[in-house]
Amino acid sequence: MDEELDSRKVNNSFLRDHNYATEADIISTVEFNSTGELLATGDKGGRVVVFQREQESKNQPHRRGEYNVYSTFQSHEPEFDYLKSLEIEEKINKIRWLPQQNAAYFLLSTNDKTVKLWKISERDKRPEGYNLKDEDGRVRDPSTITALRVPVLRPMDLMVEATPRRVFSNAHTYHINSISVNSDYETYMSTDDLRINLWNLEITNRSFNIVDIKPANMEELTEVITAAEFHPNHCNTFVYSSSKGSLRLCDMRAAALCDNHSKFFEEPEDPNNRSFFSEIISSISDVKFSHSGRYLMTRDYLTVKVWDLNMESKPLETYQVHDYLRSKMCSLYENDCIFDKFECVWNGTDSVLMTGSYNNFFRMFDRNTKRDVTLEASRENSKPRAILKPRKVCMGGKRRKDEISVDSLDFSKKILHTAWHPSENIIAVAATNNLYIFQDKVN
Amino acid sequence: MFSKGTKRKFSDDGGEMSDESLGGANVSSSYNLQRQSLLDMSLIKLQLCHMLVEPNLCRSVLIANTVRQIQEEMTHDGSWQAVTEAFCNGSQSPSERLVATEVLCRSREQDAEPKLFSVISYEGCREEEVVADETLCSVSVSDAASNVCLSESVGHCWETGELRVVESDEETSEGSRLGPGDDDDDDEDDEDEDEVDEEEESSREDSKSMGQVFGTFEIKNGSSGPDSALEELFSDVDASYYDLDTMLTGIQSAPKMGPYDLLDSLAPSHGPPSLGSPSNCRSDLNELDHIMEIIVGS
Repeated sequence: MDEELDSRKVNNSFLRDHNYATEADIISTVEFNSTGELLATGDKGGRVVVFQREQESKNQPHRRGEYNVYSTFQSHEPEFDYLKSLEIEEKINKIRWLPQQNAAYFLLSTNDKTVKLWKISERDKRPEGYNLKDEDGRVRDPSTITALRVPVLRPMDLMVEATPRRVFSNAHTYHINSISVNSDYETYMSTDDLRINLWNLEITNRSFNIVDIKPANMEELTEVITAAEFHPNHCNTFVYSSSKGSLRLCDMRAAALCDNHSKFFEEPEDPNNRSFFSEIISSISDVKFSHSGRYLMTRDYLTVKVWDLNMESKPLETYQVHDYLRSKMCSLYENDCIFDKFECVWNGTDSVLMTGSYNNFFRMFDRNTKRDVTLEASRENSKPRAILKPRKVCMGGKRRKDEISVDSLDFSKKILHTAWHPSENIIAVAATNNLYIFQDKVN
Repeated sequence: MFSKGTKRKFSDDGGEMSDESLGGANVSSSYNLQRQSLLDMSLIKLQLCHMLVEPNLCRSVLIANTVRQIQEEMTHDGSWQAVTEAFCNGSQSPSERLVATEVLCRSREQDAEPKLFSVISYEGCREEEVVADETLCSVSVSDAASNVCLSESVGHCWETGELRVVESDEETSEGSRLGPGDDDDDDEDDEDEDEVDEEEESSREDSKSMGQVFGTFEIKNGSSGPDSALEELFSDVDASYYDLDTMLTGIQSAPKMGPYDLLDSLAPSHGPPSLGSPSNCRSDLNELDHIMEIIVGS
């Protein structure tokens, strides 16, 4: 893999120098659009940065489709809920692109409470020659208007505009953790800790609650929803994951309220690995349908699992992400790392899985060859267009050259969010405030 | 792995009990120790969660489940009973104690009444600092507040606790007496002092430390109704967690506090305010031990 660019250094207003990174610069979500031409990132400061892939040029073959900043905008602002007396963070929890239907691009972005539909469009012409106002927009003195003009469109420098088209608010009491656009392209769902709501993309004042696991008495609460996603082809099917490590597949045709699942995926607990942390580490942090719709991938604290939709009893495949942490559970609980929410992604052909780890490491698993690799996304260890070297973590005393001891891992450098181009081997990896884009080696 | 059934009564039932030892402990006592420290850690984490208006629900639920699991296991092998009996003459059934954890895992809900206290009590001071102090104090002092958890309406105990402790903080800083359980304190405190007078051990400094003795004394007498599970749970909390958790929750301004500093901040609970200077308290601790010997031992 080749490092393409160390991003976010292009645009002045979004200059993210390594040394001046603040909390607000931490990237909180990464998402390619359906063609892979655009890549959106959201951060803790409520900003969305959209990157566009450059056209390939024959004279510079090594610059194969680099991504450059296309548009930046403030999606969410910090708010204060006066009724409940609480602050609502501006942090972007998720971004989902809508399939492109015209020249403009649309995306959904969400913070803890509010989902917004943004339109990103280009403008390279502007109207000139209005009768009642001058070129600066000021109203002209009627006495000076002596002739009637026909306004005309004149070319201008390309401008990319982001405009909020819909704001879907006041439907979530708890924190939104997922949004997912349906394959009917008309509806989407938003999921918080206890409920899932279904929206029409055109209607902001009404949503339908399709899952509600809130107990009448909150003291009896022992399980929360951690993620949810629509099936890629069947618009009536969706899946949601829970903090107890289970998956529920629901069919919206069965009932308006999908409290009763149609399928329940859960792996029986291995008695040999039982500990006080069993439940915490089995909590699912992310769930993704494969592009084909046949499989589900889940990420829990230590593993990635692939489930066949036709087999509920156990996962088809289980991959260890960082099993060397199993002996460190106490301290990971103590420092709260055990609650980190790692995400996971499929490659375009559903043959490779990718997910993050600590120390700026991320992992890839080839489902066919069963080979796996650990790579590192770090500014210090890689230069643009350098080839990434596989990394290895060792346990115990003897450490070989090029290996890193499990005790020297940096748990503050974690890769939670990654994205895979829908058809090519291009990946985006968010490491705190840096976005790395890697692609297959150019021959 | 420890050998099965060595120190525990019901381990053969399987289920809650497993041979899995925590962090590779070999002996059941070290397992118990780790379990206790895990419990302490979890309870502190939970308490920090509850100080937030909107805690991360997933995290809170997972921690609360962990506490429940430990509690069940301890109830099962009798160690929970042992802990509580030592404090409250076994007047409580384990199930009553479980209620206490449910209190802990109660997430602050939006549908509930507005939580005005958080605005009021934090007024005019940096929230982080207050929170840090509050944690420390409510863990060790607010027995009155935590009693409410079991006996009174479940819904409000935390608010009450927090509010009270903040008040007492303020009072402490003004050099006046400690907040919780004022009225009851007076009576019993008088008795205590009489007792001490009889022993001819009374000095001004002694009476000042009575406030600290009282906390233990009250528990022993069981005078305040159903004893607080919370108090017990926090009883041997290692203060080193505080710094850690404070750090982790992003609270940076917390003053470094050891167990003695903790007492320092609570010192001027009885006696003339002028004597309440923190520097006296360390020496008071020795006298405290001595007084305890007299009260308890004789």
